[in-house]
Amino acid sequence: MSSGAVNLHELQLGFDGVVAANITLTIKPSEIVVFLGPSGCGKSTILRALAGLLAPMGGSATVDGAPVTGNAAQCAMVFQEDALFPWRSALKNVQFPLKLRGMRGKELTKAATARLEQVGLGAYLHHLPSQLSGGMRQRVQLARTLACEPQVMLMDEPFGALDAQTRLQMQQLLMSVWATQQMTLLFVTHDVDEALLLADRIVLLSHRPATVAEIITIEQPRMPEAQFEESYQRRRRAILDFLGHRPAA
Amino acid sequence: MTELMTRPTFVAPRSWSLASRSGKTLSRNITDVVPASMARRAPALLLPLIPVTAFVVLWYLLTAHNVVAWLRFNRMPSPASVLHTLLVRVGSGGYYDDMLASLQRILLGFGLAAVVGIALGVLVGRSAIARMTLRPFVELIRPIPAIALVPLTILLFPSSEQGIVFITFFAAFFPVVVSTIHAMESMPKVWEDAARTMGAGRMSLLFHVVIPGALPGIFAGLSVAMGVAWICVVSAEMISGQFGIGYYTWQAYGLLDYAGVVVGMISIGALGLTTAWLVERVGRRVNRWLPRSAQ
Repeated sequence: MSSGAVNLHELQLGFDGVVAANITLTIKPSEIVVFLGPSGCGKSTILRALAGLLAPMGGSATVDGAPVTGNAAQCAMVFQEDALFPWRSALKNVQFPLKLRGMRGKELTKAATARLEQVGLGAYLHHLPSQLSGGMRQRVQLARTLACEPQVMLMDEPFGALDAQTRLQMQQLLMSVWATQQMTLLFVTHDVDEALLLADRIVLLSHRPATVAEIITIEQPRMPEAQFEESYQRRRRAILDFLGHRPAA
Repeated sequence: MTELMTRPTFVAPRSWSLASRSGKTLSRNITDVVPASMARRAPALLLPLIPVTAFVVLWYLLTAHNVVAWLRFNRMPSPASVLHTLLVRVGSGGYYDDMLASLQRILLGFGLAAVVGIALGVLVGRSAIARMTLRPFVELIRPIPAIALVPLTILLFPSSEQGIVFITFFAAFFPVVVSTIHAMESMPKVWEDAARTMGAGRMSLLFHVVIPGALPGIFAGLSVAMGVAWICVVSAEMISGQFGIGYYTWQAYGLLDYAGVVVGMISIGALGLTTAWLVERVGRRVNRWLPRSAQ
């Protein structure tokens, strides 16, 4: 698959005239890029801009050459908090983006059910979000975002609120989903291990205004065994040093 | 209960095994389930009767003995005379005409207030221009008690009927509009963000995200509005009505028919209770997803 190339050139983002991020970065199709940086450095801001929720102050952001403006449906986002509509069942939540794309009737139910089965929630179609656990709610959100069939999937600390066990399951689920869909994945986290586990490349961001401080390429990405190797530990140490030695906000 | 108990005897001659089996489950039902559910329900059914009974007994004692101790109960109607008047009224057609007239005014005024109030609240909640333009005007008009509009509505409207509906509308409008605005402001931003990243346009955002999310708050406003609407419809009827339960109550006072006044009051209470219950029922249905109501 050749679509899903993201190009950020001198992308300036901010609020009320104050620049919060200035990013230049080229991302290949089907690549998994993880943003790591000190808290409050504007990691989420970058994703929000790509999702069309924040108008850039300058520079350009393109996906497959087309500028990202307004409702960029090719970039779908998974949020950290409960972004599900609590008045809709899991199935109805997943149906929402499909309905926006004009799907109706039996086809709609079938497609939404398939997405929920893909994330292992085939038995919870008619549960309300309040009746599901935190991990299950994030699964529904993942299913809903996948239903958008995005070229680029943006994930803003999607597993940040989950316990370690559930987080590990979700990471595995995400990797298996990515293995089949091969979409470009932009992932924000503050968990170094999560970054090292998922990423093709890790982008270290500087303190506000966020700029690309360093890019770490993982030669053998997504190898869970790698974490017992010495090179992994050295890299982990280096990233933690980078994050820790920055002045605090 | 009786239906449940007689059913197995009908089934028995046809099939013994079925009868004995259903008989067994039935006996288990009666010994286990019914007492448990009764025990659970009993407080909810019995406790409300305590204050009501106490009130009626106290009322009876005070009026029967013509107590005069600063408060004067010697001319108060007794429970028996009120019950008598109530039965006479219930037997007459005029009672239902009055009830119907008041109900019609309430439903018209309240319905208009709900539609216009939600629409305006959504507009003010969604658009900065509408907020800047309309919010100060709304806040300026809001403190005026609806009943203070009576003189002007008499001048303004060709019939008092329309005037009463307008006053009811005016009173019910503000709780709806203010609670709608608050509901939009307090809504988690992430719902809208999520919908927008999925490609939702203005209209689907409004009808599938913003309004459903605001409904719990809107319904809080609607139940306040219903209460205020009753206060105003009754007051307006007392001043300028020709029918209606408020008019009846005031007329009974004019005729020194104090038992009639109390009958009017009880009827207003019953009507108010019914409409409030209806609003709550609809609200609970619509807002079933709230974590509180899931249990």
